[in-house]
Amino acid sequence: MKKPILASVALSILAGVTWAAGDDKAIQALVDQYISTGYQQGDKQHLERLKQDETLKICSETRNKPSDEQAKAIVEREKASIKYPEKMLGSWEKGKEVFNTGFGMRVGVIMPDKADKPRGGNCYACHAADPKEVAAGNIGSSLTGYGKARGNNETNIKYTYEKIYNSQAHVACSNMPRFGANGVLNPEQIADLVAFLIDPASPVNK
Amino acid sequence: MKKLLLSGLLMSSLALTVVYAAEEPNADAYREMTYGDRDANPALLVVDRGEELFKAKRGSKNVSMEECDFGLGKGVVKGVYAELPRYFQDTDRVQDLESRMLTCMTTVQGFDEAELKKKTYANEKANEDNTDLEAIAVYIAAQSDGMKINPPIAHPKEQEMIKVGEALFYHRTGPLDFSCASCHGADKQRIRLQNLGNFSKAGADAQKAIGGWPTYRVSHAAVRTMQHRIWDCEGQMRLPDTEYGSPLTVALIAYLTSQAKDGTYVLPGMSR
Ligand code: HEC
Ligand code: HEC
Repeated sequence: MKKPILASVALSILAGVTWAAGDDKAIQALVDQYISTGYQQGDKQHLERLKQDETLKICSETRNKPSDEQAKAIVEREKASIKYPEKMLGSWEKGKEVFNTGFGMRVGVIMPDKADKPRGGNCYACHAADPKEVAAGNIGSSLTGYGKARGNNETNIKYTYEKIYNSQAHVACSNMPRFGANGVLNPEQIADLVAFLIDPASPVNK
Repeated sequence: MKKLLLSGLLMSSLALTVVYAAEEPNADAYREMTYGDRDANPALLVVDRGEELFKAKRGSKNVSMEECDFGLGKGVVKGVYAELPRYFQDTDRVQDLESRMLTCMTTVQGFDEAELKKKTYANEKANEDNTDLEAIAVYIAAQSDGMKINPPIAHPKEQEMIKVGEALFYHRTGPLDFSCASCHGADKQRIRLQNLGNFSKAGADAQKAIGGWPTYRVSHAAVRTMQHRIWDCEGQMRLPDTEYGSPLTVALIAYLTSQAKDGTYVLPGMSR
């Protein structure tokens, strides 16, 4: 009876010693090393995608809980990345399409997307919107009735454009991709999405 | 012959999807179905093929995989998967099942590593049969059916691997800014209608997920292993193809498996 207990105590002491020795820096060094050897090589692999910017570095290190100071710096930096088109409110019909279409952008040699595959925001992966679409995910909040609730006004149009262009311009370390800043969607597509969410004629607001 | 039988089974499973989808649009229905009538799992045919491959004298050295040590001694397959990933002294590395298979097939059987890695997964879009690697992996894993998920954690390198895997789980990168935690970091999340396990905490979600892999994926009409699942999710993150058996994949698997400790393997699994 006694032996197994002793053994497990010994084990946890051993574990404790290792944790103390293996500090965060050593783990981070291994993370970097494993990322550099963890993917197939070659220009079809777009290895540049593995490079983190300053914002994602902080979000990773803090597990999406940046300090107030870090959050402030992120919001400022990300806001500066936003490019505004002449019209931030586009066509809701086109926006409906972009909202529904998958991201595209798969790379590699095993099952890549064709380079000319239409890119969408795949927003239904995370958000409900048009109440007729039942296959909606829940990582983001429901956007059903968004325009009706928030209003069809300049402030909300600008906020919504910015949110989609760069979600972290408003919430540091948001789980939502920075669609415009990362070049997934262009400003025109984002303006169409804004219309899909805000235009009173859009099914989102019916 | 085999493929015909498989697609017949697939069609009846797809018919089931429609029925289940109407009520509960998730993968659980398949699992329950598997627990109910496990003899109907098409993966069992692949397990048989894997056993033949495992026991056949192959490679330039013309020996069988029974000459290899998967952690519990040379030739032992029963229960080895339940205690992986683990640290192996001969390679001085922590290895999962599939990276260990590579070690066995290259050093003991004499296969060429680059050659083996050329085609790791069957292409479901071309309706291909499972690769030899997939068949061998599911054969070995199935010999831990019913056992507790019990990866060893006594060795410092095992502890280190889990820590690195945990850090990788939260590592955000790529054009969509995703980490594993973006989708698997909170309870009851869904992408579209697909339920996502919360693997950021130890317990039921991780146990259910890890305990059911390798799995027969009905939508692929093929058996899939954990290496494939990691590759698949990295693709959802729009990252490059993962290197089969690399320390990156092993670290993630070590972390997930440690979160699943004390769950039960129900193998081969069956899922969407
Ligand atoms: C990976 C999941 C994910 C995807 C994909 C995603 N979002 Fe989001 N979105 C979120 C989360 C989480 C929030 C809430 C946290 C925040 O504000 O950053 C959010 C917030 C929002 C908001 C702000 C809502 C409010 O109440 O202020 C809008 C608008 C929005 N998303 C639109 C979109 C659009 C349009 C798309 C597609 C181009 C999209 N999202 C894709 C996760 C996602
Ligand atoms: C964009 C969302 C997304 C990201 C990011 C993501 N996954 Fe997944 N993951 C999924 C989906 C969708 C499934 C399939 C769920 C189903 O079959 O219903 C899945 C399934 C899994 C499963 C199998 C679960 C089961 O119950 O069979 C594992 C394990 C897993 N993911 C691990 C990971 C790891 C490790 C990472 C990071 C390298 C990751 N995922 C990143 C969406 C994601």
